[in-house]
Amino acid sequence: MTLLEQFQLWLASMWPDWAAYITPAIVGILVIIIFVLTMVMVIIYFERRFMARFQIRLGPNRCGPEGILQPIADAIKVLFKEDIVPAKGDKLVHWIAPIVVFVPILMIFAVVPIHKGAILVDLNVGIVYVVAISSLSTVGIYMAGWAANNKYALISALRTIAQMVSYELPVVLSILGVVLMVGSLSMNQIVDSQSIPFILLQPLGFIIFFLGTLAEMNRCPFDLLEAESEIIAGYHIEYSGMKFALFYLGEYGHAVAYSCIITTLFLSGWRGPLLPPIIWFLIKIMVVFALIVWIRSTIPRLRVDQLMAFAWKCMLPMAVINLFIVAAEVLWLPEVFPWIMIAVNFAFACALVLLWSKLFVLGGGRVEV
Amino acid sequence: MRFERYGVGIAKGMALTLRNFFRPPITLQYPEDKLVISRRLRGNELVWYPDRCTGCATCAKSCPQGNIEIITHVGDSNNYVVDKFEVDTGRCMFCGLCVESCPYEALFMGLGYERAQYRRGQLVLSKEELQPSDIRQPSGYARPKVEQTLPRQSLLINWDKEKEEGGQKLSPLPMRKRRKGNGL
Repeated sequence: MTLLEQFQLWLASMWPDWAAYITPAIVGILVIIIFVLTMVMVIIYFERRFMARFQIRLGPNRCGPEGILQPIADAIKVLFKEDIVPAKGDKLVHWIAPIVVFVPILMIFAVVPIHKGAILVDLNVGIVYVVAISSLSTVGIYMAGWAANNKYALISALRTIAQMVSYELPVVLSILGVVLMVGSLSMNQIVDSQSIPFILLQPLGFIIFFLGTLAEMNRCPFDLLEAESEIIAGYHIEYSGMKFALFYLGEYGHAVAYSCIITTLFLSGWRGPLLPPIIWFLIKIMVVFALIVWIRSTIPRLRVDQLMAFAWKCMLPMAVINLFIVAAEVLWLPEVFPWIMIAVNFAFACALVLLWSKLFVLGGGRVEV
Repeated sequence: MRFERYGVGIAKGMALTLRNFFRPPITLQYPEDKLVISRRLRGNELVWYPDRCTGCATCAKSCPQGNIEIITHVGDSNNYVVDKFEVDTGRCMFCGLCVESCPYEALFMGLGYERAQYRRGQLVLSKEELQPSDIRQPSGYARPKVEQTLPRQSLLINWDKEKEEGGQKLSPLPMRKRRKGNGL
């Protein structure tokens, strides 16, 4: 039973039924919105400082102590900017697009367990819900690209669609590996069954899921849809003011959401010794996000054909092989020796990664994916 | 077995950025820290020595923009006395031709570079404003003797790690902004 359901039962003893039914839902939604907005603020600041250090810079450090007020200053600046709609754009779609991008990302957080029982809805198909909802924001990005009546925006939108369709498959297949081990789709169950984090049990699944989600949240090195050197800013080229802020919020909200999901699926969620669960959860989110920032500050952007080839030729076959390996292990290996499974899976992960990096080499040292 | 073919490049890149993470940042926090600028800087002001100036107006003639306005009258000992010497630095392009053409080394380019103003009129420098002072130092442009006396330019790329000289001083992991200024 989740905390919200207990809250509802407690309210039902005093209040009329309809009030006891609505109030916990509103409270939960508010808590989630506040959590997402604060996390986005924190993560934007964290990314700017962190990436600056990777590039031997300092990052924003003027606004407030150590620059922690910088995201707030940026938000205020963006709010006061003029809101421009292109004269020949599709005005209605131009208005709706930022909302369609941002709302699904908030909806992902409904099934993220932050604490034992602290989950908005304990859906029995939790992870399927996440996959379904997270691909909805692609529609919003396509709407934005279409409504702007701008060729760069449209190119970016089309790239997004292609990217999403390609990377959805390996991501779902690597999730299936986790689901096979747990035997349930519920996020709570997934966390409960991770006495050993799944990153140890399925290193290859983690790598595939991590890279796939990097592509899905359009982060470097897969940020083709806003490649500054090619298509300026991509789908939000014609957006300004509050609507642009929503896109920005959506982008980082997506990063937070996927950090949460990676934490839940592979890093054993809120579980951990000594510290309270919420602290463990935040630490794990930050570690995942730091890894994302590290990759962003290191690896250059892929070409479009490289991106597609990487999805279809590398990640998809590896995800299928990973799924079969995990299925065989779940079927035949006794559960009492998880360490055998860890060793076998690490060996398989190394062998497969080496094999695939060998497969996609053409010419003398010229790496082509 | 060539490891370049097994994705080692990515690992090398990640290691490089991780090493950079623990290096001191090379950012110069401008208003607090300043580098020593070039000795031959053509800064955005001029320095004029009235005692050396004979009022010959060679500088005014050499100026391609006609920025320098100089009015003189004949003094007691058959010399020129400068009544008005005005330079409109708003239209100046800092070519340095006036300084090069001055036969008596009375006009110098300045070392300053922080002379943004709120009004266009404030950019027109009068006779009194052009004279050297603590904040208005002559630069070594076209004046080799002055150049010898000025400190060498400090560049970040010239920084010598062993000798700790030649550029900005770096300390490990300074996350805070440093208040103490160095440089000029």
